[in-house]
Amino acid sequence: MAKIIVVTSGKGGVGKTTTSASISTGIAKRGHKTVVIDFDVGLRNLDLIMNCERRVVFDFINVIQGEASLNQALIRDKRVNTLSILPASQTRGKEALTKEGVERVINELAQTFDYIICDSPAGIEHGAQMALYFADEAIVITNPEVSSVRDSDRILGILQSKSRRAEKGQDPVKEHLLVTRYNPVRVERGEMLSVTDIEEILAIPLMGVIPESQIVLNSSNQGIPVILETESDAGQAYDDAVARLLGEEREHRFMTAQRKGFISRIFKGD
Amino acid sequence: MSFLNYFSDTKTNTANVAKERLQIIVAHERGHRKQPDYLPALQQELLAVIRKYVDISDDMVQVEIEHTDSCSVLELNVTLPEK
Repeated sequence: MAKIIVVTSGKGGVGKTTTSASISTGIAKRGHKTVVIDFDVGLRNLDLIMNCERRVVFDFINVIQGEASLNQALIRDKRVNTLSILPASQTRGKEALTKEGVERVINELAQTFDYIICDSPAGIEHGAQMALYFADEAIVITNPEVSSVRDSDRILGILQSKSRRAEKGQDPVKEHLLVTRYNPVRVERGEMLSVTDIEEILAIPLMGVIPESQIVLNSSNQGIPVILETESDAGQAYDDAVARLLGEEREHRFMTAQRKGFISRIFKGD
Repeated sequence: MSFLNYFSDTKTNTANVAKERLQIIVAHERGHRKQPDYLPALQQELLAVIRKYVDISDDMVQVEIEHTDSCSVLELNVTLPEK
């Protein structure tokens, strides 16, 4: 039975696509057959983040409308061979995502894949609702900032009332909190909400904390999922998050400020 | 600037301000989430009916729905002005 996981947040620009790319790559690297679907119809970007933008021929909407087969639209990742990408359409409107159409495509994917990751568009409108409707689990991306936390709570409300599991009275969607762009130095100075504060307000289990890092922009520039930057703290934090998502116990890291020695401060200029 | 901040204890902890504001707004919005869509309209119409007889302001009528296991209770709380 394939597991359907939505990556969502309500607010835009908090790291949904960055996270979708890393989480799907991380799950696939562990040998699970994984597909990641871009639900952001009209504003597709997952292809760019995963460096397959020039290989897009057919898209999700083409498959929904029967203009292409799934095999024609799926793009096999060049780095991890158990990973495929289903790109969003750049020319159609979000209304082309019909519930029946999405269901048909997800059911077909579920026959070959173990994990289906749905990269949600921002907002709480139709596209975001379609991305979360079929989910078994949800990764809620939150920045340590008031508007992001409030929007995350709003999307949690929608998961609890408008998902298929909620409508059919099944077990609720399993929720995971992923805090991104975390800066422990600013938290220590009392300038930024701490992970504990966010956990207390949203009251869902913490899956991971991704520290604010220059590597995120550097890797998106090149179309490399952050998780493949195994030397970086953000890459390692994503790897920990994937391990926890798959049921492994891992201690949280990168949540406290690193004390830099006097000498390294001089040489790193920081 | 940071040099001066280092010596002043007066700098406010803005993270705590953020947390307090969020706790209030999130609790408020969660309360409204469970309520049916028609509740604001119902409140307005009840207010209009009561105003035919008593002069009251908008915030003097509270309408809330509470769900228990077996039934839902519509609670109407009207504060009448002092004579």
